[in-house]
Amino acid sequence: MNDAFDLRIGESHIEVHKFHGGTILLSMIFALVLQAFLPVYIPKAGILDLPLLITIYFGLSRRNPSSGLLLGTLIGLLQDSLSKTPLGLFGIAKTIIGYLASSIGARLDTEHPAARFALTGTFFVLHQAIVELVQKLLLAQSQPIFTMRLGIACLVNAILAVFLYYLLDHLRKS
Amino acid sequence: MAALPSRHRSLVLLTGVVLLQVLLLAIQIRQRDSQGRLIRVWTVSAISPLERGGAWGIGRIRDAWRHYFALSDTARQNEELRRENGQLKLEISQLQGKSAEADRLASLLDFKQSHTNVPMVVARVIGASADTNSAVVYLDQGLHKGIRRNMGVITPEGVVGKVIESYGDTCQVLLLTDRDSGVGTMIANSRIHSPVGGLGEPLLAMKYVGNDDEVKVGERVVTSGTDRIFPKDLPVGIVSQVKPGSQYKQILVKPSASLDKLEEVIVLLTTDPLAMQQAPSANDAGEARAVSQHVSGLNNSKSPEKHP
Repeated sequence: MNDAFDLRIGESHIEVHKFHGGTILLSMIFALVLQAFLPVYIPKAGILDLPLLITIYFGLSRRNPSSGLLLGTLIGLLQDSLSKTPLGLFGIAKTIIGYLASSIGARLDTEHPAARFALTGTFFVLHQAIVELVQKLLLAQSQPIFTMRLGIACLVNAILAVFLYYLLDHLRKS
Repeated sequence: MAALPSRHRSLVLLTGVVLLQVLLLAIQIRQRDSQGRLIRVWTVSAISPLERGGAWGIGRIRDAWRHYFALSDTARQNEELRRENGQLKLEISQLQGKSAEADRLASLLDFKQSHTNVPMVVARVIGASADTNSAVVYLDQGLHKGIRRNMGVITPEGVVGKVIESYGDTCQVLLLTDRDSGVGTMIANSRIHSPVGGLGEPLLAMKYVGNDDEVKVGERVVTSGTDRIFPKDLPVGIVSQVKPGSQYKQILVKPSASLDKLEEVIVLLTTDPLAMQQAPSANDAGEARAVSQHVSGLNNSKSPEKHP
């Protein structure tokens, strides 16, 4: 089996990356545990959304919209079940983000840190907008969407993503 | 039927998966009590041992750092004198810890003496919510210790929140700072009643104090007992800001309990209305209804389970 292959769209060649067995599952569990664990000891870590970063990274790397959206669904539902939100709230948001990340990953080269920074920031805001929209439409809970906290969270997550994605690149099959 | 192109296949899959989750949400809204409990139990059961392990590991690392590495580092800087100094500091730290513990126990004892009929259990915080927008923590005790939904959670410093879900050996606590949280309170001196709720920020909001009522910065806010979860006169916080509003004052309250540094908490093992010191007045009864609705909020509309 090929470890990596070229996806040809128009004139561009985009590499599709594969990972060692269990990498995605372990990264997902590790992100969820850290997400639930870190804020107890570092309250400011509550601003991070590690499950979202994992969804975006594997979506961008694998470049398969179907697997991207299913991974987003799984991570989102697990995140819902570890919080007080009804099941499906983060599920829907991360499903859409997983799909979009995979679709964009299949069209653009997203290996450059600047591209990763910009994409993660954009996806973070979009994710929050979807969550707030679902809360408003389906759960009748209205909350301000764009706040200073969101801006800071977006920036912090995008910066962290650049370093996290670099580390995760080492888990790819060479 | 002609096969769908790959791009369309993923779009159909996306639509299907999103619709399924919308359906799941709709079912949960209609049947608020079920809330996909089975999936939650599985996930929490799978994650909580890792959190316990993590809490244990961090405790060990912290102990090792405090008791070995930090001291050896100082010893390297100034050998005997530093080592002695470090030892003294350690002793002071231990004495301070014991003193703080004694204070906590004294508060606990006071609390227990004034509410001898309230069974309680001490639990340790082992995790937080995976949802970045909510203030929820997990404790290392659950159904096996008699913890049920809607039980109050406190520390000797003040009110922490209430249990919103309980599993075998762990439970989920909604902190006061969460947007959906609320507790029936009153100003300690003037006895002005009003619910206090979370804003999703470190400070709390006291919502229904009229502009004519006098409230000063620094005044103590205590539980009123009208929410039927917490006994009367438990500290909730200190008024930190008062501004006139259109109809009600805009009052911010700093929580008495250190909600961002919780380590151990006390769960009040009863959902029966706690004994009031005096019969509630007509105003109290009105506020009790308002507070009760506020506290129940979005978490559940189910009536509290009775503790055996």
